[in-house]
Amino acid sequence: MAKQKLVVVGNGMAPGRALEKLFELAPDAYEVTIFNAEPRVNYDRIMLSPVLSGEKTYEQIVIHGDGWYIEKGITLYKGHKVTEINRSARTVTSEHGETVSYDRLIIATGSNPVILPVPGHQLSGVLTYRDLDDVHAMMLAAKAGGRAVVIGGGLLGLEAAAGLQAQGMEVVVLHLMPTLMERQLDPAAGYLLQKAVEARGIKVHCKANTHEITGTDRVTGVRLDDGTIYPADLVVMAVGIRPNAALAKAAGLEVNRGILVNPDMRTSDPAIFALGECAEASGQVFGLVAPLYDMAGVVAKQLAGDASAAFSPQATATKLKVTGIDLYSAGDFADAKDREEIVLRDPTRGVYKRLVLKDNILIGAVLYGDTGDGPWFFDMIRRGTDISEMRETLIFGQGYQGGALADPMAAVAALPDEAEICGCNGVCKGKITTTIAELGLTSLDEVRAHTKASASCGSCTGLVEQVIRLSLGDSYNPAAVQPMCGCTDLGHDDVRRLIKAKELKSIPAIMQELGWKTSCGCAKCRPALNYYLICDWPGEYADDSQSRYINERVHANIQKDGTYSVVPRMWGGLTSAKELRAIADVVDKFAIPTVKVTGGQRIDLLGVKKEDLPAVWSDLNQAGMISGAAYAKGLRTVKTCVGTDWCRFGTQDSTGLGVKIEKFMWGSWTPAKLKMAVSGCPRNCAEATCKDIGVICVDSGYEIHFAGAAGLDIHGTQVLGHAKTEDETIEIIAALTQLYREQGRYLERIYKWAKRVGTDSIKQAIIEDPARRRMLFDRFVLSQRFAQIDPWAERVAGKDAHEFAPIGTLSLPQAAE
Amino acid sequence: MNAMTAEWIDVGAEADIPLRGARVVRSLAGDIAVFRAADGSVFALRDRCPHKGGPLSQGIVHGHGVTCPLHNWVISLETGEAQGADHGCTPRIPVQITEGRVLLDARAIARLAVPHG
Repeated sequence: MAKQKLVVVGNGMAPGRALEKLFELAPDAYEVTIFNAEPRVNYDRIMLSPVLSGEKTYEQIVIHGDGWYIEKGITLYKGHKVTEINRSARTVTSEHGETVSYDRLIIATGSNPVILPVPGHQLSGVLTYRDLDDVHAMMLAAKAGGRAVVIGGGLLGLEAAAGLQAQGMEVVVLHLMPTLMERQLDPAAGYLLQKAVEARGIKVHCKANTHEITGTDRVTGVRLDDGTIYPADLVVMAVGIRPNAALAKAAGLEVNRGILVNPDMRTSDPAIFALGECAEASGQVFGLVAPLYDMAGVVAKQLAGDASAAFSPQATATKLKVTGIDLYSAGDFADAKDREEIVLRDPTRGVYKRLVLKDNILIGAVLYGDTGDGPWFFDMIRRGTDISEMRETLIFGQGYQGGALADPMAAVAALPDEAEICGCNGVCKGKITTTIAELGLTSLDEVRAHTKASASCGSCTGLVEQVIRLSLGDSYNPAAVQPMCGCTDLGHDDVRRLIKAKELKSIPAIMQELGWKTSCGCAKCRPALNYYLICDWPGEYADDSQSRYINERVHANIQKDGTYSVVPRMWGGLTSAKELRAIADVVDKFAIPTVKVTGGQRIDLLGVKKEDLPAVWSDLNQAGMISGAAYAKGLRTVKTCVGTDWCRFGTQDSTGLGVKIEKFMWGSWTPAKLKMAVSGCPRNCAEATCKDIGVICVDSGYEIHFAGAAGLDIHGTQVLGHAKTEDETIEIIAALTQLYREQGRYLERIYKWAKRVGTDSIKQAIIEDPARRRMLFDRFVLSQRFAQIDPWAERVAGKDAHEFAPIGTLSLPQAAE
Repeated sequence: MNAMTAEWIDVGAEADIPLRGARVVRSLAGDIAVFRAADGSVFALRDRCPHKGGPLSQGIVHGHGVTCPLHNWVISLETGEAQGADHGCTPRIPVQITEGRVLLDARAIARLAVPHG
């Protein structure tokens, strides 16, 4: 059988690998011709940086020498750029006029470096960093010494900078983004990298926007937007690559960013494959070698007759090849709402490790300073290994996974004293152990009080407990459950369960029956118990105002000087001339010093004297306004946009729906504050996707979101479900709120609750179980019967009058003199 | 009258102070917080947290302590001292209860007007 003719345009690493594989699978099937625009054989482009820095020579990075081509019977045209593909005749023609016919064609034209179109980019002395010619030009330029500016602080730019410095140049790196290598590194690792690069004597300028390259015929410097000028004898642009698809486009193949290929790596012409950096598969283009080699394997199998071979993008890993800087990143390490992370920082050793988990599967890793476990992590990322068994010790690496029974204590014991345990408060291990020893501490609460470790977000509590146990030995027994506070050993969930099971209906009953260790609790447990009782026994339990935080006791927000702020409700953010006039009159009458518009679409009156509160409320009540509950662990605002009433993009009456929701839900007490918003279309002007509960109106109805946050933490919402009508929307939202009211721990925002109990369990209850949703909704409605009483009006009528007046006024001290 | 002698002054009825709560007495030397604990005992402190001057009268009262509403320092009603790991003290005013009336020591209040230290 006559051999088929295979022509390859391009001679980089990807087609080289494809041919190797093809010769293994089908040694005699094809007669191969290669056109290489570069005048040389196939070499390892990844190793250009060691060539530039002088650690390797060109000969050492050749993959296929001339002998290989001869042995395989390949015709290699070096220095021949293909200028035309004639698909009907099935021929290719090179710039030197060589025309070769093909049965199968591989286009592997790679990519071109991006050249910033700034003034001066065409000057002599401005180079890119792409191939061996660029490296030779740089090495030549470096021989004269002088200064180099590298534009681009990504992988290639930093490698170029290190290489040029090794060749004796003074180097500045300009980077547009705030941190280096932002595509491979998170900001923390980018910062460590910048410090390491600068420690080598390379200047780094981030947020640098190149304005022009100066010089008349040769480059003399680079000027930034901010006016900074860096003198330069050499400028290297390493700002990215762009797939080289021009030849394919001219031949009429489908091209987007790159040459579009199907999973079988064939282009829109089945006789033509595209491979490597020029190809676009699954909407992505690729620049790292691993996926390109995967593509090569698929092309080889297809050519050998395996029609089932298919390419699917896998996680990739990057390692910075700069001597003395250890940096490794793999997989997908961007923040996202359904992901968790484990971070280890050891400032003294200059170590930073960050692992990104999703459902107990490792999906990304960034390692700095100690990258020894990089391949081990990468292997788990690719395999999708379930890491729940070794989660506690995962970040310490393979060495700590001794057997099935890895001891988490060993890992903590091995940490140096400088290792940071509490990121919020910057507390390292040594600080904790010495404080325990010096003060004789024996409990987590004491350690928190004296060191502040785990005293902020609490996510390092487990580690802190392990450090305590290391210090105290078995005499310290970390409780399996985190107690509510020092007054009890029971956790929030236990207490809530027992309140229902034992039908406990007052704070003293709880404290008695559950064995509280203090006489009347503390400022942590009493507000929590008060909330749990209100939630669990609506209409039966009488609110204990002395167990309320001051803001909820006097229905205003205490300020640092002891005055209060007052925020009346504005339903859905709507107001009127009458309301505004009443507010203005109140401001004048009580000389209120500051009036401010809040983020929740209402108006805040700041600096009101406590004694004035009832009179202020009385005036606001008379204009029809009630308390906005801006102080409450309860329903706050429902932000809206103008929706179909006014907006040309609005799909539903978002303002009207927001007002309905607010009128239905106001007064409700919840574990923590509850902020909502309704946006009339996916443009989301009401910012519903960072709220506790949000609604996005769409043509088909209402998308219901929840578990967003935009405070200490920032989380986009998750979609709970879709409703067709306003009534269904309100039912879902009320049921969700009730589930949160019943399950949430006091002060636990919705996003934390959702993370703890699992989004799926919430969807199951609200969306998939209509009967349960209805029961939750009914319980919410019942609780609202007792909740929707304006606290301002009650106090205007005389309730809690003692709160707003001093018991007495003395003309003392007369005797002071 | 020598400095050690108290001069008692009536500031109001005991029953006007809520249990586990406080009331404020205004004076030229600044506000004084009068607390009534769960067990009925009455205490008076200068109404300023030693931390950042927060009004202790607005805090949650528990046992013989109060938690400042601004930053959660816990202050002993008996001594005026900050509890736990925090350090600081607010002046204490002697209290006497006579026939349901709350009496404070006027001389101790007068001393509040004298700058400390």
